Amino acid sequence: MTTMTDSPVGTPPESFRLSMLLNDTRYRSLTFQFIALVAIIAFMAFVGGNLVRNLAEAGLNISYAFLGEPAGYDINQRPIEYDSQSSHGRAAIVGLLNTLIVAFLACITATVFGVVAGVLRLSNNWIVRKLMSFYVEIFRNVPVLIWILIIFSIMINAMPGPRAFRGENATSSMLFDSFAFTNRGVFAPSPVFNTAFWVVAATFLLSLVAIYLFRANATKKLYSEGKLIPTFWPTLALLFLPTMAVMLIPANPLMGILFIAVCVLFVVGVYLAFTKIRELVPGDNLGGLVALIAAAGMGYIITSLIAPIIMAIGPALGAGPAVESIMTWNMPELKGFNFKGGLQIRGSLIALWFALAIYTGAFIAENVRAGILAISKGQTEAAGALGLRPNRIMNLVILPQALRVIIPPLISQYLNITKNSSLAIAVGYMDVTGTLGGITLLQTGRAIETILLLMLFYLTISLLISFFMNIFNNRMKLQER
Amino acid sequence: MKKSVFLGALTVAGIAATASAAATLDEVKARGKLNCGVTTGVPGFAEPDANGVWQGFDVAVCRAVAAAVLSDPTAVEFVPTTGKTRFTALASGEIDMLARNTTWTFSRDVDLKFEFTGVNYYDGQGFMVPKDLGVSSAKDLDGATVCIQTGTTTELNLADFFRSNNISYEPVPIETGAEAVQQYNAGACDVYTTDASALAAQRANFEDPSAHVIMPEIISKEPLGPLVRHGDNEWADIVRWTLNALITAEELGVTSVNLDEMAAGSNNPEINRLLGTEGDLGAMLGLDKEWGKRAVGVAGNYGEIFEKNIGESTPIGLARGLNAQWTDGGLIYSPPFR
Amino acid sequence: MSDAHAHSVAFVRETEIPPSPPPASQAGAIKWMRDNLFSGLFNSILTLLAIYFIYKLVAGAFPWFWNGVWDAESIRDCRDILAERGAETGACFAVLVDRWDHLMFGFKYPQTEYWRPTLAFVLLLFAAAPALFYKYVPRKFLLFTALYPFIAFWLIWGGSLWLPLAILVAIIATGFVFRMVEGLDVNIRSILAAIVGLVAGIGLAYLLYQGAKELWFISNSVGSGSILTMLASFLFKAASVFMFVFFIPMGIFVGYAIYNDAEGGGLVTVVTALFALYLFVAYLVDPVAGAINAIIPIELQAVPSRDMGGYMLNMILGVVCVSLSLPLGIVLALGRQSNMPLIKGVCVVFIEFIRGVPLITLLFVANVMLAYFMPPETNFDLILRVIIMITMFSSAYIAEVIRGGLAALPKGQYEAADSLGLNYTQATRLIILPQALKISIPGIVNIAVGLFKDTTLVSVISMFDIVGMIRGPIQQSTDWISIYWEVYLFASMVFFVVCYSISQYSQWLERQLRTDHH
Repeated sequence: MTTMTDSPVGTPPESFRLSMLLNDTRYRSLTFQFIALVAIIAFMAFVGGNLVRNLAEAGLNISYAFLGEPAGYDINQRPIEYDSQSSHGRAAIVGLLNTLIVAFLACITATVFGVVAGVLRLSNNWIVRKLMSFYVEIFRNVPVLIWILIIFSIMINAMPGPRAFRGENATSSMLFDSFAFTNRGVFAPSPVFNTAFWVVAATFLLSLVAIYLFRANATKKLYSEGKLIPTFWPTLALLFLPTMAVMLIPANPLMGILFIAVCVLFVVGVYLAFTKIRELVPGDNLGGLVALIAAAGMGYIITSLIAPIIMAIGPALGAGPAVESIMTWNMPELKGFNFKGGLQIRGSLIALWFALAIYTGAFIAENVRAGILAISKGQTEAAGALGLRPNRIMNLVILPQALRVIIPPLISQYLNITKNSSLAIAVGYMDVTGTLGGITLLQTGRAIETILLLMLFYLTISLLISFFMNIFNNRMKLQER
Repeated sequence: MKKSVFLGALTVAGIAATASAAATLDEVKARGKLNCGVTTGVPGFAEPDANGVWQGFDVAVCRAVAAAVLSDPTAVEFVPTTGKTRFTALASGEIDMLARNTTWTFSRDVDLKFEFTGVNYYDGQGFMVPKDLGVSSAKDLDGATVCIQTGTTTELNLADFFRSNNISYEPVPIETGAEAVQQYNAGACDVYTTDASALAAQRANFEDPSAHVIMPEIISKEPLGPLVRHGDNEWADIVRWTLNALITAEELGVTSVNLDEMAAGSNNPEINRLLGTEGDLGAMLGLDKEWGKRAVGVAGNYGEIFEKNIGESTPIGLARGLNAQWTDGGLIYSPPFR
Repeated sequence: MSDAHAHSVAFVRETEIPPSPPPASQAGAIKWMRDNLFSGLFNSILTLLAIYFIYKLVAGAFPWFWNGVWDAESIRDCRDILAERGAETGACFAVLVDRWDHLMFGFKYPQTEYWRPTLAFVLLLFAAAPALFYKYVPRKFLLFTALYPFIAFWLIWGGSLWLPLAILVAIIATGFVFRMVEGLDVNIRSILAAIVGLVAGIGLAYLLYQGAKELWFISNSVGSGSILTMLASFLFKAASVFMFVFFIPMGIFVGYAIYNDAEGGGLVTVVTALFALYLFVAYLVDPVAGAINAIIPIELQAVPSRDMGGYMLNMILGVVCVSLSLPLGIVLALGRQSNMPLIKGVCVVFIEFIRGVPLITLLFVANVMLAYFMPPETNFDLILRVIIMITMFSSAYIAEVIRGGLAALPKGQYEAADSLGLNYTQATRLIILPQALKISIPGIVNIAVGLFKDTTLVSVISMFDIVGMIRGPIQQSTDWISIYWEVYLFASMVFFVVCYSISQYSQWLERQLRTDHH
């Protein structure tokens, strides 16, 4: 905070004197920085010298060669190929991927919990409001480690073991014959993709691109010519029709057309249910939510009415092979000690995921509430006075402003989730702290190397998340003049 | 030792001047306390009782060393260590010796630069399964979910065992024994594996111990023993020969009951050398004559310590097995005192 | 007209009708329920769902609580009692009774001395009050707050009373030295400045010379295996040469700077005071305290810090680390705002690094790495290493909060301070910080709550805080093997009580501060 004391114009420049390094604000900051530099180097010399001496005394050295040696241990959740003969480096990567998986899942779930709880805390329903306050306070004020341990204990003790599914008098059974909830985790069918699937997937991606282009064009038209082009219906059509067509028509044109017709019926039914109820129930949020539930209900009714018919005629028309050529399901089955096949979401992952999501959700709820409260009521009223309809007020006036308040703390909550996922060690989830900072450290005894690498991993992840979220944040920012 | 008051003040708060590699014995004597690393709690081997006093088989070794060196078996500071912290604690001088379920392996001895001073318990990794699972051999465990207590060589042995038998399994690594037991009892894993001694110890606490069986397969050699830092041979000798004194005492029939009688002099010259009535082995170690007598006097000889802490009369209920004296067909064998 | 009209009407009410009560549906509990619970279809559904949820929760948990056994020897004993009563579920709260001491104080703190941490905790409330409720508690009580660290230290760690007292006296004496030098006549002060400058210059040069030698030593032991190590070796050599070149000029310069500053006096006063503090603490406190203690021994049983445990450990770590990280956080925040690139860079790197890694890795550093960075002869106790790391951790977060406070100050405040001719220190101390800190208090309190919760992480590195006690000695003991609900519930409760109170305080404070703006 040194201010420049410019010498008066016209006076000749003073000759440099040593005392000016101290007394002249022009040089003083340089002096300080030079002293700081020397101090930093001296500190490093002190620390480094100690390190070298201590290592020499213990007969150790710093080497990352162990990363290439076989790890010798197994990991249960392997996003990439790995066995006990793979290297420690690969084990670290497996752990890193596991960290990213749990962090990603928890971020999404926490956002959902947080938004729901944050909105409901402002609800005019007393009991819901109190319940949500209870949720927020109880989770915010108890350490996350305790929550992880509690939720893991619930997982382990409240869910049935696979043994309960076995034998004549099994006490538990699989949901829809395809989902098993055990204390070892949830077993679900996993899709097996065939070649045709990739064609379908590509079509779907292309239609997403088309939707984006269409909507961008519509916005441009709106701003330049003032024409309001309906986007809802074209979007929906673009989203489903091409994919459906690619899926069904080549295999069986009649079936394909029938299916598309059913889909249209479905969409129309849902849309009508939504709009009709929307008109009936007053209130912005309330009406919208009720309508949404009604729409979902309508969708469910239509599906449950039509699905059996399709199921019945489908095979007759030869639809089976077409769907199967796209993908099949790998069902979990109770074999030997465990369920085999399908997708296993392990208990440790679920416990960590939900503990982090519920805990952080409580914080996000507070952010969301603060964000919504930060928008003054005048904004809504002003927008209404301009003649905007409620959903446009929400989309164009309230949300952009509320998001501006919500997003920055949301970023730091995401960072917290990523960092807190290192507590995986308490439930035996093999994240990077469990592999590299856990078993690898124990087996090789290379504490300094592994911990430095571990910190580097987290630092990189954190910096990347903040980088991308900051880009997003900057785009969301209201442009100030 | 206290360089200044400030340091002095902090000594109370936590700084302790430590042993340099050269003279652990002098440091221990100057400090008046032996810093001994133990586990954070394995029933029978090392656990604090309700009064916070450490008890157990490994603890007895620490107390014997303290008695030999400091003439006071209670002059021990027990430092609980986890699998992760134990080696650093020893290497950095925070503890003088580590008497924890630590397996003597090549890499720990050579690469991590520690000195294993002997074996006080021959262990091996075993498996425990519920009886109603109907499994009789570990080789039938194809596809089983296995709870592992991490932090030892357990994961590696397990991986090797299943690999060499070409069967698959699902590892569930767990940090503490209590949590492993909780998962095992809830059926979240089919099998629980760790050192056979710990399996027996933990089974003893189950609601119905008889509903669980320990498989006959022992898949690894786990010689457990106290260890010290490389480079201070005098100190290593003291720990080594204190342990040997306990073993020799059993072999020669010296017990806590007849100790005083034996120490008065006997016609067996080895007993006399051990208890310091003949020769002066203590001086060679840098200790006094009666060090061996004091070591044995704490809790008796090796056999007595075994019986009191983990033997068949205790809830842990371990048989001597491999840990019987060599004269009884076991592996416990001390070099002669001469 | 009106008369006629009046006559034509049979009856005119001349008094007002008393207001009739609102219809039943618009008053009292019914109205409240209609407004708050059943204001619409959606709300009604939500209400019913919420009631169902609460019912399930209570129905599940209540019998468990109600049947709770408070008096049992072990978990088996407790189960037997429950079975005897014929209760299907029931809590074994007996574990809390049986292991209360362990949960609260750890298993090694001497049992006869439990009153000491308890008293220290109660006094903490009194010590914190003047700072927390500065509007309502007279200022002079801040004196007790200042004394509290010494009292608490003595109570918890024990030992001779004279030691903390001597340190306190040394600090006060240093203050006197500061005042004295400040008030000295310029001529005398310049003599003092010459002496102090000489000593400081020589001392500094010596230290730097040692550092240069050290760097040379490091560069030689890095080795020359790969390009990377060669580069590292070269960098260390370069740094070493830099230090060799500059150690004498630096010493001369700093010495000269102190001498040169005799007139202004700031530098010479500070350096003299620091010298005095060092001399007092290094050479006077211990012998004096020892001597007094020999004459009038006032001693409590000394308890080494590794014997701390249970919830007490969480409290100690929380309070100590927050108090220490506050000044550090202020320095870091000011450093980050500085317009000197090097200082700013160092602060930014430090803050972002600490904020980018999980606390648990820092605790690993404390646990297994920090010892390698210390001189071979010294060895910090684990609790001290952990305090260092947690303090660094929370100071980075507090720095960010304070930076927010600094950024929120209008630029006019800085300019006004400059225009008054205040220098940087004066402006910061008198104008900037008081305002910035006031804005940051709620944020700092949030960080403090978060930090206090994070102290449970030390259980991962085998320290026996309350969670460590539960996961270690209690759950692994023969008596209480794998008991979890009761103990975790208890742990949650003790944390909830403290954290909730603090966050309520924070909200109250926020309201207090908000009114100031009107």
